[in-house]
Amino acid sequence: MEVAAAKLIGAGLAAMALIGAGIGVGNVFGSYLAGALRNPSAAAGQQTNLLLGFALCEATGLFGLVVAFILMFGF
Amino acid sequence: MAAGHSPMAQFEIHKWVPIEIGGYDVSFSNASFWMLLAVVCGSALLTLGVKRDGIIPGRIQSIVELMYDFIERQTVGNVMGDAGKKFFPFIFTLFIFIFFTNFLGLIPYSFTVTSHIIVTFAMALSVFALVLIVGFWTHGLHFFSLFVPSGAPAWIMPVIIPIEIISFLSRPISLSVRLAANMLAGHTMLKVFAGFIVTMLGAGGILSVLSIAPLIAGVLVTALEVLVAAIQAWVFALLTCIYLNEAVHLHDHH
Repeated sequence: MEVAAAKLIGAGLAAMALIGAGIGVGNVFGSYLAGALRNPSAAAGQQTNLLLGFALCEATGLFGLVVAFILMFGF
Repeated sequence: MAAGHSPMAQFEIHKWVPIEIGGYDVSFSNASFWMLLAVVCGSALLTLGVKRDGIIPGRIQSIVELMYDFIERQTVGNVMGDAGKKFFPFIFTLFIFIFFTNFLGLIPYSFTVTSHIIVTFAMALSVFALVLIVGFWTHGLHFFSLFVPSGAPAWIMPVIIPIEIISFLSRPISLSVRLAANMLAGHTMLKVFAGFIVTMLGAGGILSVLSIAPLIAGVLVTALEVLVAAIQAWVFALLTCIYLNEAVHLHDHH
């Protein structure tokens, strides 16, 4: 029983990866907005970089999710 | 929540036609079906798009031209320049396949092929193999200079070279897990929100009326998932470009 409990606690702890992902995604969009308001004419050209940054950043949080799944279902 | 309605039940593989060749399980499963459907849809869209071949494009031709231009000019051309021309068919194929498997997975009761790490890992591994082949083909043993960043002081090399090697070797893992985890998380979240709607609707009274709130949230999450499905397909293609670009140009001139 203790192993099952430890698995669930570990999976819950792995969800803390989302703290970093949240900060990162907020930083990506916040910095973009700050830059876009300073120089609106250059903003449109950076939208692909914005989405790339968002996707790369979001993925790091999801690695934590994978760890949680491995803990719960993997072994 | 009954066992059959767990949010993870949608990722189960069901064998439709069990086939076994030489001890290997090559059954035709729901995963095979949705992969096949993605290939058929992708081929059909591209074939229909260029069939009429008008100077003024119609609806389907516009979609095809938009996708083609987005990958050819804005992704491959932007990252790799002229060297990317010979890799464009590979990258475009990867993009179309991932794009269609992601989008077909958004249909309720369908199966998302890309939510399985083994599928995305196979694709990432083929990219990794291509990077190695192209790198050694173009540069020979000079390809190893990829692990030595130019401009870094000599005393830092014992630290930075192992880091570069580890980061290079972990690429197929990060590339595959990024796509699979995004699909897995998104579809689990959709299913959990759908569960909220049903549970609240069945609770009766004021809660049944309030179940409109998770319904709206579910619609918004679906919209986010449409965005994520497109972005992740593109990110996979873009990172493939970036990796291939490093193999072709190494660090120094790009």
